[in-house]
Amino acid sequence: MKAWRWSIPLAIFAILVVFLWLGLWRDPRIVPSPLIGKPAPAFRLAQLHRPNETLQLDDLKGQVWLLNVWASWCVSCREEHPLLLQLAQAKVLPLYGLDYKDQPAAALAWLAQNGDPYTASIVDADGRVGIDYGVYGVPETFLIDKAGVIRYKQIGPITLEALKDRILPLARELQK
Amino acid sequence: MIAARRALLGVLFAAAASAWAAAPTAPSGDALDARLKRLETELRCLVCQNQTLADSNADLAGDLRKEVRELALAGKSDDEIRAYLVARYGDFVLYDPPLKAITSLLWLGPFALLAGGAVLWWAVLRRRARGEGTATGQTDAEAAAHARALLEREEGSS
Repeated sequence: MKAWRWSIPLAIFAILVVFLWLGLWRDPRIVPSPLIGKPAPAFRLAQLHRPNETLQLDDLKGQVWLLNVWASWCVSCREEHPLLLQLAQAKVLPLYGLDYKDQPAAALAWLAQNGDPYTASIVDADGRVGIDYGVYGVPETFLIDKAGVIRYKQIGPITLEALKDRILPLARELQK
Repeated sequence: MIAARRALLGVLFAAAASAWAAAPTAPSGDALDARLKRLETELRCLVCQNQTLADSNADLAGDLRKEVRELALAGKSDDEIRAYLVARYGDFVLYDPPLKAITSLLWLGPFALLAGGAVLWWAVLRRRARGEGTATGQTDAEAAAHARALLEREEGSS
């Protein structure tokens, strides 16, 4: 009877500790995307390097590819940039850039200065395509399969860990 | 000095207020404005997270307000506009998320806690009603401990 009495508050306290402890390691800024497992929203946008040519979603069907949302004004894009350059060098996955709410001149200058990892970049000047993809914090990266379905979304800069443990293994599987 | 600073502040606020007033775009009726305002206070800004779309100054919130206005002008209903945003950003954009399997803890959790508390309260009250004031409420050991404590107190004070 006695033991039972003090074990209740202790149990409540333990549950509280577990929840708070788990809460320490979760990032509230990361909101799970409802788009995973859904077809990537269609787009048709001008290319950054060839403003007279457009690129659309259907052009990219049949391959597994990454869509990286970036901007020259985006500070944390610099953080993931070296990794993207390495990824481009390894030529394991085509990487397309969505230049989000940016000035083309500033974007071109940024790529010239920091290196251009992208197979091609497209310009989303008014952020419309960004809204369709549920972009709320640049950088964001989408892994899209051969059928054009979004399989993974990285919110915030790509880390080596995310690339090695999640993105590349999943891509390899999808490429089969 | 203080007066000058006040005047400067006043000018700054006036400038900010006029910039604010100019921001929402032009074509509208008052009814549409009221409807959008109400809708925007139900939607969360994903950048600031604890602000509504109506309150947020984030760039994305501005874009989404514009988007919501355009959808409304295109004749979409409130539900269609909400569905449009949920399809892109998930239930998190709604300050009033629907009851689903994944949100059930959010909706039912407080009631479960309340029910748990009520059960506990009821159990304690019942035990007290049964036990308090009568000798039968205490076990022998408890009664003995109580008596010993009383004795010790008496010894200590004398």
